[in-house]
Amino acid sequence: MIADKVLNKLQQIGYKTLSRFNRVGRASLFLWQVLFSLPYMIQRPRLLVRQLYYVGVQTLLIILVAGLFVGMVLALQAYIVLVDFGAEDSISLMVSLSILRELGPVFTGLLFAGRAGSALTAEIGLMKSTEQLSGMEMMAVNPMKYIIAPRFLAGVIAVPLLTSIFMAIAILGGYFVATEMLGIYEGVFWSQMQNNVDFYTDVVNGMIKSLVFGFVVVWIAVFEGHDCMPTSEGLGQATTRTVVHGSLAVLGLDFILTALMFNV
Amino acid sequence: MDIERGKVTAIMGPSGTGKTTLLKLIGGQLKPDSGTVVVDGENVHQLSLSALYDLRRRTMGMLFQSGALLTDLSVYDNVAFPLREHTALPEEAIHHLILLKLEAVGLRGARHLMPAELSGGMARRVALARAIALDPQMIMFDEPFTGQDPISMGVLVKLIHDMNHALGMTSVVVSHDVNETASISDYIYVISDGKVVQSGTPEALQHSDSAWVKQFLDGDADGPVPFHYSNKSLMDDLMEGIKSNRS
Repeated sequence: MIADKVLNKLQQIGYKTLSRFNRVGRASLFLWQVLFSLPYMIQRPRLLVRQLYYVGVQTLLIILVAGLFVGMVLALQAYIVLVDFGAEDSISLMVSLSILRELGPVFTGLLFAGRAGSALTAEIGLMKSTEQLSGMEMMAVNPMKYIIAPRFLAGVIAVPLLTSIFMAIAILGGYFVATEMLGIYEGVFWSQMQNNVDFYTDVVNGMIKSLVFGFVVVWIAVFEGHDCMPTSEGLGQATTRTVVHGSLAVLGLDFILTALMFNV
Repeated sequence: MDIERGKVTAIMGPSGTGKTTLLKLIGGQLKPDSGTVVVDGENVHQLSLSALYDLRRRTMGMLFQSGALLTDLSVYDNVAFPLREHTALPEEAIHHLILLKLEAVGLRGARHLMPAELSGGMARRVALARAIALDPQMIMFDEPFTGQDPISMGVLVKLIHDMNHALGMTSVVVSHDVNETASISDYIYVISDGKVVQSGTPEALQHSDSAWVKQFLDGDADGPVPFHYSNKSLMDDLMEGIKSNRS
């Protein structure tokens, strides 16, 4: 009896592990197909522009609001710590470095997974469950090219752009709090930033991060939509997985990239 | 199983016996574990992806149960979709073609509606107009009558019949609506559990001596396909509950 139970458990673990690997394999093949479908976008730029609007422009508001508040809060916290050491003039340095190196790409990645990633999964999943993808295949239009590729490419393009907007607005938020509320001189604020922020180590590395995050989050989102069970339950689970896996991937990758980039 | 050119061939059977799967096999959306599917002289599952898409474009149209209209496009754009994707026709010619196709299904007046504004029967008619947009040699109907009111059903029966005659298309109708399907088909395959149980013209099937086919065609509640799912008798089931309660 007990041997049976143990055996059963082992079998379950084996099955789950195998199906995980199976999924990873499917996701990789899927990515391969998507990448091969991308040249089609040259023939159909309108598809891409449309998706850029849905994925990028419609995510703009949440990025702007979040960026503004993150920058403002950072300035306040930085002041509280720095004023004890009489170093409140360095407030701009702390705000800009944490935004450019970490918070800009990470926050944008997380917000994008929640706002646009989930919408992508739900849209593609619903198309699958209403047989729109099958219908397209039978009309000899490859949904990989027509549906998936434009959404994927739009996401990969949009995330770095959204990230740079997030960074800019967050720094402006910090500037506003520092100069208007905390009484830091404007010239001090900007000159500290100008002297200490390096274009390559800080700005470029942040943008590379955002490119990686965008790629991974959109990949997860379109794959989950395309791979979901075509039922209402399956669709719900797929959307949840997009947000959970997407967010965790952003945070995990951020650690790896930071370790690689800043030679710690 | 042979599907003759220019005829209406029906595939009937209870739900869950693989009728839709069969259509997906013909369309190359699923791969068979064994056996081959030959369409227009080409083995569907040995073609490369681009050759398969080419075959679909040249020879096949499919009408899905739900209609499978693209929900972000209007009726007009849905019918235009295959034309714009696969032909280099000027927009003016496409406009004329769409009006003709929509006229054929009686929905020329509904061309500005969105799919969400259509009734189920209308959605299927639009899907039919879209399926014939490229004038395919063969069109596959997946449960065209399911969930339709009597009028829509009559319209669809008439449309399938007329299209077949007017355009000389090969039609494959998958359905379990016995009377409607029998009234328009030239040849019927009855399948169960993935196997052909019986085939013949509608008249021949009426006089079938198989008890199973008889039950299916007449819609009897009990027969070779039992009414009860369980194979245990009610008494045994009840007694078992009592026994386990005592112990």
